[in-house]
Amino acid sequence: MPATSATTTGPKTSRPVRKQAAPRVRNGPRGGRKREFTTRRGLLIAAFMAPAAIFVAVFTYYPMIAGSQMAFRHWDLNDLTDTSWVGLDNFHRVFSDPNWGTVLGNTGVWVIGSIVPQLVIGFALALWLRRRFRFRGVYQALIFFPWAISGFLIGILFRWMFNSEFGVVNDLLQKAGLIDEPVAWLADPHKAMIAVLIANIWYGVTFFAIMILAALQSVPDELYEAAALDGAGKARTLFQITIPYIRVTLVLTVLLRVIWIFNFPDLIFGMTGGGPNNQTHIVTTWMIKITQQGDYGKASALGLLVVAGLLLFTVFFLLATREKREVRS
Amino acid sequence: MIGKETAVGRAVRIIFLVLWLAFTVFPLYWIAITSLKAPGDIFSFPLAYWPEHFSLENYSELFNKADFGTYLTNSLIVATVAGAVATAISMLSAYVLARFEFRTKSALLTAALVTQMIPAFIALGPLYLLMTDLKLVDNRLGLILVYIAVCIPFCTVMLRGFFENIPDALEEAAMIDGLSRFAALFRVLLPVMRPGIVAAFIFNFVNCWNELFLSVTLMNSDANKTTPTALNGFISSFNIDWGSMSAAAVFTILPTMVLFAFASRHIVQGLTSGAVKG
Repeated sequence: MPATSATTTGPKTSRPVRKQAAPRVRNGPRGGRKREFTTRRGLLIAAFMAPAAIFVAVFTYYPMIAGSQMAFRHWDLNDLTDTSWVGLDNFHRVFSDPNWGTVLGNTGVWVIGSIVPQLVIGFALALWLRRRFRFRGVYQALIFFPWAISGFLIGILFRWMFNSEFGVVNDLLQKAGLIDEPVAWLADPHKAMIAVLIANIWYGVTFFAIMILAALQSVPDELYEAAALDGAGKARTLFQITIPYIRVTLVLTVLLRVIWIFNFPDLIFGMTGGGPNNQTHIVTTWMIKITQQGDYGKASALGLLVVAGLLLFTVFFLLATREKREVRS
Repeated sequence: MIGKETAVGRAVRIIFLVLWLAFTVFPLYWIAITSLKAPGDIFSFPLAYWPEHFSLENYSELFNKADFGTYLTNSLIVATVAGAVATAISMLSAYVLARFEFRTKSALLTAALVTQMIPAFIALGPLYLLMTDLKLVDNRLGLILVYIAVCIPFCTVMLRGFFENIPDALEEAAMIDGLSRFAALFRVLLPVMRPGIVAAFIFNFVNCWNELFLSVTLMNSDANKTTPTALNGFISSFNIDWGSMSAAAVFTILPTMVLFAFASRHIVQGLTSGAVKG
């Protein structure tokens, strides 16, 4: 099944075909599915879904919902005698915090500055990996492995490489003649942000490369042959055939990655800890800092803002991409 | 298939691929080399890209002073058990989501997507209180339970992709031959699914192995710490011991890298089919 079968939004997936074939098989899964007592079918679905649902409900949704109500209470580990309802006060304290503007701006830079290079380089890698060559399998396995490392450890790794005195980055840049003296990468907010973004690009390009490569392999060769007959150049082929064809993969990968990158404090936490002077905090690392200070009310308010922001983003993003899809077809 | 490649195009491609490989591999090479330098040589100029003498001092320090073996064992137990149980549970839910149509299905898939949006920190406080009530704080079982819950949503979506790639006819045939649905699932479907199951397990294992914040919150005593928690301990102190740190990093990275090398092909397949159809 080509990965992009979802482009056609439903009607062309294999499901209707299965339904047509179903009635002929008396006790087969499809035929059986319609004829079995609904209760029996319902019981099977419930029994199979139950363990997963219970685990996620108890250890993910319950704490999240319980944590959400902290956002409307005074909830400070340093003073637990008073956990009274304070309405929107915690949100107000978030918005009036002098760090809020910086944190919000940093989060934007962090998400866009990570996703755009990851997408572009990942796309290029995928296009170039489409051709078979010797050791392609080995190559793919090698560039895949940043994905197996924890974000926190990647932070530490790059923290060591960007070290101002003994860091290898300064050494290499000096050897290449690009800088005259060592740069204090992690002591300056702008340079620290660049360093953190480089680390995240190192980590995230592979994911895009993999997803796009898999999608590219589903584009029918005939389309390229037809394009070549029409005399389409490389750029036109890319924008009028390749990209539209793998559109759904692109949309979903970008969506998933935006959510993950937004919610990915680990790397910054390991690399700068939000420093210097709180200048590289994104929303989630700032949330960690506030939690560590014991102010759970404020941290929860921030957490709710994250969930709300991501939900809004998801809805708009999916709506925007769906519309275009309909126009095309 | 994609048209003829010009000589210039080929050169550009090869240069790009080589540069990217160098950029990917270098940080790992550098941490490995650092870990093998004698502690004094780490802070010497000029930087040695190939140390004059290799030394295992950082490693012996790590295991003698820091009791790193205990942390590794804890991580191994927690990640293996949580990864295996999460895979088994996700398999059931993935099967149902791939093979049945029912009213709450899209709601369940949305609920799985929403879990990805929840910052771990909003749930930490209540989770800690819950685990206190269950008497599971600073207990490996407690961490395992939480990790299972964390792994399930994505693992379910990934395995669902694998199930959907297997034609229905396979089970249909088995059931015509008189097998029950359960027998068809376990005796016919699962063996075909083996690569997907292995990939899902490895993906879960690696995620649990690498998880930091839940483990820092729930594991306090030295005997129960996992490796990320221990690494976090290394950097909270004012001066970082980069020798021990790099040795610890190598030991933390190596197991997951080896596993990924074995399963990367299947993981790629799982990620793509799962995410595209999810």
